[in-house]
Amino acid sequence: MSLLITGARVIDPTGERRVDVRVADTTIEDVADELTPANGDDVIDATGLVVSPGFVDLHVHLREPGREEAETIETGSRAAALGGFTAVVAMPNTDPTQDSVEVVDFVRRQGERAGLCEVLPSGSITVGRRGEHLTPFAELAAAGVKIFTDDGNGVQDPLLMRRALEYADGLGITLAQHCEVKRLTTGAVMHEGACCSRLGLPGWPSIAEELMLHRDIELVRLTGVGMHFLHLSTAKSVELVRAAKADGLPITAEATPHHFSLTDERLATYDALYKVNPPLRTSDDLAAIRAGLADGTIDAIATDHAPHAPETKEQPLDQAPPGMLGLETALGVSLASLDMDLADVIAALSWKPAAIAGVADRHGRPIASGEPANLTIFDPAEEWEVVPARLASKSRNTPYVGMSLRGRAVHTIYNGTPVVRDGSAVH
Amino acid sequence: MTPRRATSRSLLTIDDLGADGIVRILDLADHMAEVNRRPNPKVPALRGKTVCSVFFEDSTRTRLSFETAAKRLSADTMTFAVSQSSLNKGESLRDTIETIAAMGVDAFVVRHRSSGAPQLIDQWTQASVINAGDGWHAHPTQALLDAFTVRSALGRTGGLDGLRMAMVGDVKHSRVARSTIAAMRLLGVHVTVVAPRTLLPPDAGDSFADVVTDRLDEVIGDVDVLYLLRMQQERMNEALVPSLREYTSRFGLTAARAAALPSQALIMHPGPMNRGVEIAVDPGELPGSVITQQVTNGIAVRMAVLFDLLGSGRAAPDVDTGLDIITEGGSQ
Repeated sequence: MSLLITGARVIDPTGERRVDVRVADTTIEDVADELTPANGDDVIDATGLVVSPGFVDLHVHLREPGREEAETIETGSRAAALGGFTAVVAMPNTDPTQDSVEVVDFVRRQGERAGLCEVLPSGSITVGRRGEHLTPFAELAAAGVKIFTDDGNGVQDPLLMRRALEYADGLGITLAQHCEVKRLTTGAVMHEGACCSRLGLPGWPSIAEELMLHRDIELVRLTGVGMHFLHLSTAKSVELVRAAKADGLPITAEATPHHFSLTDERLATYDALYKVNPPLRTSDDLAAIRAGLADGTIDAIATDHAPHAPETKEQPLDQAPPGMLGLETALGVSLASLDMDLADVIAALSWKPAAIAGVADRHGRPIASGEPANLTIFDPAEEWEVVPARLASKSRNTPYVGMSLRGRAVHTIYNGTPVVRDGSAVH
Repeated sequence: MTPRRATSRSLLTIDDLGADGIVRILDLADHMAEVNRRPNPKVPALRGKTVCSVFFEDSTRTRLSFETAAKRLSADTMTFAVSQSSLNKGESLRDTIETIAAMGVDAFVVRHRSSGAPQLIDQWTQASVINAGDGWHAHPTQALLDAFTVRSALGRTGGLDGLRMAMVGDVKHSRVARSTIAAMRLLGVHVTVVAPRTLLPPDAGDSFADVVTDRLDEVIGDVDVLYLLRMQQERMNEALVPSLREYTSRFGLTAARAAALPSQALIMHPGPMNRGVEIAVDPGELPGSVITQQVTNGIAVRMAVLFDLLGSGRAAPDVDTGLDIITEGGSQ
């Protein structure tokens, strides 16, 4: 018995076409203009829908181990599958930190146990993300870790960052930086600008991101070792990355849906739902992020999915933790906010992040015979609104209530198995 | 920016009132000041109402002022002083407020170190919420008592059109500055902010004040009101000014500046004052000082705010019959 997808508009790295797709076991068995259902075939009628390689999220916080009241690897994986993701990179700010083989193996195994998408544990750059000592890059790389980051804490020490890049050279791993000079953001809860002046809130100045980004671009130039930049949020950051790429430097960058759809004016509600790091910025910054995605300066859309239990967000801004949910709304926010060709949006959600995550052998692949069956089948036109109570995530901190989203995953096929069917998780 | 929903139930910022609302409160405060001059300064206007002070940050002066105001209107008062330790026990702000609200409270008077906390609390309770100061954000009753003090000292009625005020000092970290500047400008005052860039909000543009300068000596000869903000010692650790001595030499009211001030100019300070820093001369020797009146007027203004929010009589009372009219309407 196999799975037959009929009537689909396929969009993959090779282009766009109208074909039927047959999946057997974990592999795409056949792709043809028209395939006839065999007896016992499970048929998905994808007429009017788009079939693409599964989405890959470079940036999620699954909170396990340590903060299971906010999210578990299982609930986060379910949210990912419902969002059309077949692979997610789990950030290392767990408790304990993902700085040892034992912890990353645990995260990977919990992902396998959930079986809803591939959970790719990242490793921290420094032990405990404390910015003092490097983690065992080679041991962790041997355990399958591809992305290293101290996300939440940029590596502050320039010497340590230089050493990290030099030591990483040749290990087949990518260092990813959260750009924030902490000395400039002490106590900050929102973007520094007119809005924070009015609201009496400590500001997070754009330059705190841009200074570290500039430093690290120059370290890449010095060492020749590539880097990935997490969640760009300012117009100047986009400019810096654009210029560095024009110089031929081996860097990549991501942006989150909230940084191209929501402005700092949201903080006027004093609702900690809108507190996120880096913070929501101005409409000029949003426009620059969109332009960066459109011209390829920014390679990937990543969610920075950051679940927090409701009681932690029902606090004044300075006491509430930063972060917002993103997995289940990423496609809908992207298609509603970005003026880009559909294929380019999918590229930023699928094969481009797959390459950065080091999983291009199994995610973001062409839809062709013999390829791994990690697929997203979505309706690019469905208009919908998020209902927090219906989210699969264990937390409810979505900032998109009341916003009209466009595009939603209908079926998600992970490793040949439908894990989302007709918009619902199969298990 | 999406404006906060208008509510007449609570007082969170000066913008909730607008110019007309401010004048209404000041007019009401005139009557309250009259009550306060009586031998027995107490009326039953809010009998049966319960006012709870919830102070998440110590402020004995403001709390006493509110509680005195509530008592003079015959409201029952409760105090919930939140020590740092109970905050650390894990009860969320929302749980704290809902617990107190369940005891039956008509108004919360809230002081919180976090900007925006009163706005959150307002969403979690049906009771009135009066902002008694939140973070760097707002302190509307201070702004009202400041406006009342100026109006009374100058014997004016209505607004304060044409007056010139200089506000000097740490505007950036000051809720008093944000609220008092907003109130004064709504009343027609021309406001000049005097501070070094380090003590200004990051985007202190035209929407914030009429003029922004770091030259006190250039403006001091042409003001009707000189408002000095408190310079907090802890700011010295943040490289905001090199030293208190230099601060005083540039922004303090020295004897030389006192001499340059127009003779009829009022001198104000929200307290508590750092002697020798903001004011380097004996305030007793400054004939224009209305700093003590600010404290006194705080009670009348807070009575007016409480009555405005909790009493049933919204209209200004008939002067001839005095507050007995309010009393009847307000006691229910």
